[in-house]
Amino acid sequence: MSIATMREIEFRDAVREAMSEEMRKDMRVMLIGEEVAQYNGAYKVSRGMLDEFGPRRVIDTPISESGFAGMAIGAAMMGLRPIVEFMSWSFSLVAADPILNNAPKMLYMSGGQFGCPIVFRGNDGAGGQLGSTHSWSIEGLFSNVPGMKMVIPSNPYDAKGLMKTAIRDDDPVFFLESERLLSMRGEVPEEEYLIPFGQARIARPGTDCTIVAFGRMVNICLEVALELEKEGISSEILDMRTIRPLDAASIIRSVKRTGACVVVDQSWSFGSPGSEVAALVHRECFDDLDNYVHRVHSADVPAPYAHNLEQEYLPNARRIAEAVRSCLYRS
Amino acid sequence: MPQSASSNAEGQLRPKTNRPEVPMATAKKWLREMMLIREFELRCMQAYQDKKIGGFCHVYIGQEAVAVGTIAAAEARDPIVTAYRDHGHALARGMSPNHCMAEMFGRVGGCAKGKGGSMHMFDRDNNLFGGHGIVGAQIPLGVGLAFATKYEDEVINADKNGGKSNRVTLAFLGDGALNQGSVHEAMNLAGLFDLPVIIICENNGYSMGTSITRGTTMGHEISAKAEAYGMEGVEIDGMDVIETYGAMKELVDKVRATSRPIFVDMRCYRFKGHSMSDPRKYRTREEEERYEQGDPIGVLKAQLELRGLTEDEHKEIQREVRATVKSAIEWAEQSPFPPTSDLYRDVYRERWGPYTGSSDPEMLGGAENECKFNAIDTTIDRKADLL
Repeated sequence: MSIATMREIEFRDAVREAMSEEMRKDMRVMLIGEEVAQYNGAYKVSRGMLDEFGPRRVIDTPISESGFAGMAIGAAMMGLRPIVEFMSWSFSLVAADPILNNAPKMLYMSGGQFGCPIVFRGNDGAGGQLGSTHSWSIEGLFSNVPGMKMVIPSNPYDAKGLMKTAIRDDDPVFFLESERLLSMRGEVPEEEYLIPFGQARIARPGTDCTIVAFGRMVNICLEVALELEKEGISSEILDMRTIRPLDAASIIRSVKRTGACVVVDQSWSFGSPGSEVAALVHRECFDDLDNYVHRVHSADVPAPYAHNLEQEYLPNARRIAEAVRSCLYRS
Repeated sequence: MPQSASSNAEGQLRPKTNRPEVPMATAKKWLREMMLIREFELRCMQAYQDKKIGGFCHVYIGQEAVAVGTIAAAEARDPIVTAYRDHGHALARGMSPNHCMAEMFGRVGGCAKGKGGSMHMFDRDNNLFGGHGIVGAQIPLGVGLAFATKYEDEVINADKNGGKSNRVTLAFLGDGALNQGSVHEAMNLAGLFDLPVIIICENNGYSMGTSITRGTTMGHEISAKAEAYGMEGVEIDGMDVIETYGAMKELVDKVRATSRPIFVDMRCYRFKGHSMSDPRKYRTREEEERYEQGDPIGVLKAQLELRGLTEDEHKEIQREVRATVKSAIEWAEQSPFPPTSDLYRDVYRERWGPYTGSSDPEMLGGAENECKFNAIDTTIDRKADLL
């Protein structure tokens, strides 16, 4: 990365820079959602964008997810490239019909006539003691649907590069941010760059165990890897960056090298990205594995409010470390 | 107000004023279009019984004047979106009966290559943005089409003098969809953002088997609901195509000039069941016969006979539409089934070729795992490739 002029910015700034740069380039791109304009974004991701682009391109909506998501999909069918902000992906559930039944299926059921170049973005995963209804990790539920792409960045650099790719993509993209990452600072170059979909990043090279992780979980895995290093365990962490498309080749390549695989996925375990990865690894790396694929997910219960319960509910450092040790018969 | 089982076409209609002078040739064209839709739907019913058409099939018989009259009032560049009872709109919009029938038959020659079916008629060339199967879901989409045309005028082409397209979107729904939340959310947004859309409720009195008075508050005066969203609500006779056209033309012109949405209570009647499996036990034969007296095709034919349409001319139209639909059926039957490889086509825009599954190597960006500052083309044309 030495070729670039680096500076440190927050995750939310990175997302905003990506949106603003693309809006400067392409008049078809606009931002719509609750509190995105006058309020400057419920989480300040869109701060200042109303001032730059005006109310015709940065558009406040009423609390009406089903209505404005459907409206944006109709606009995308006409050729606009809307970015739809859900304050939280938890709120997107009331818009399930437009975002799951219309956007990802339009191209197919129209025989290729009408695509849907749209980005849905918002906070995903547990925030902090928000309780059951506000703590959705929707990747488990929504990644089941063909026709969409799903992005889950773990750091500011990836967030910017992936968001720019998402906006230019001709298919519907579900972009999963995390309230817990928005203030994360990281190096981002001044120069323009894009990160392609379906290309994992080796967040940490290692030799003993492959840890496949998504989004915020990557950062927790990096901390765990430091601890495990002290025990003589060398972990290779794959930051998948996108769930659809899934970079199967990178997972397979790494597991064939390490012979062990742990998946860390903050959604529930039943029918999830984690279970998809496990199935993939068991199929493709059957003879290379020294143990079955170990999986760390949120506990199979609704998200609790109490702080201690929520900490235990989420994939945490202790549970991840235990899974790695168990996978390597070190427990 | 006294309520019958349904209070649709019998209800209060606006006084029939400003009935337009429609040239005979135009009126005859509409008669032909309505007869074509009728014939098409009758043959679809037969084909469904013969198991040539699968899934659900909802025919438009009785409501032909609505699609023909409203679509005639709009321009070809005005976007249209509708629900699942969509064959009539597709044909009125100009879709070839061959492509429409082939879609019904699930053949590759269908408008959506056999992947949409009866409920999902799409026609980009004719600005038909679907047939949509989930009740009410098309209204947010329709409001979005209107949003895009306005955005195109006010943002993308803002610096062009006289570059405004002022397109008007027609978004159709049934009276049963009136109780879906998404419809009300969309109406609120249309009112809030001043969007140039006409939301046309084809009020045939029944939401499947539930009469409007059993399922909808203010069922005798649904146009009043528009007021809550700051838009005008208008009742129109949907059984008399000249009347339908005249009233709609005024509204289309008004929306084109003002960019304010309008809600239409289009009074009509569905002569057949909700779908092919509906025995219609929820209404009486007497009620059906009463409405059949006002068959929109018979109404127009009688009007044109007063203007000199002869029985021979009528028979000639009948012969011609029969031949057209017969040949559409033959065309559809000769169209092949979609190749199995089409199963994986059009899931995504195909930059990597057809999609073949959830962990598809062809979908991958490449073997490199290092972040790169990709050389990308940043010269996106600011003149958007809007339709």
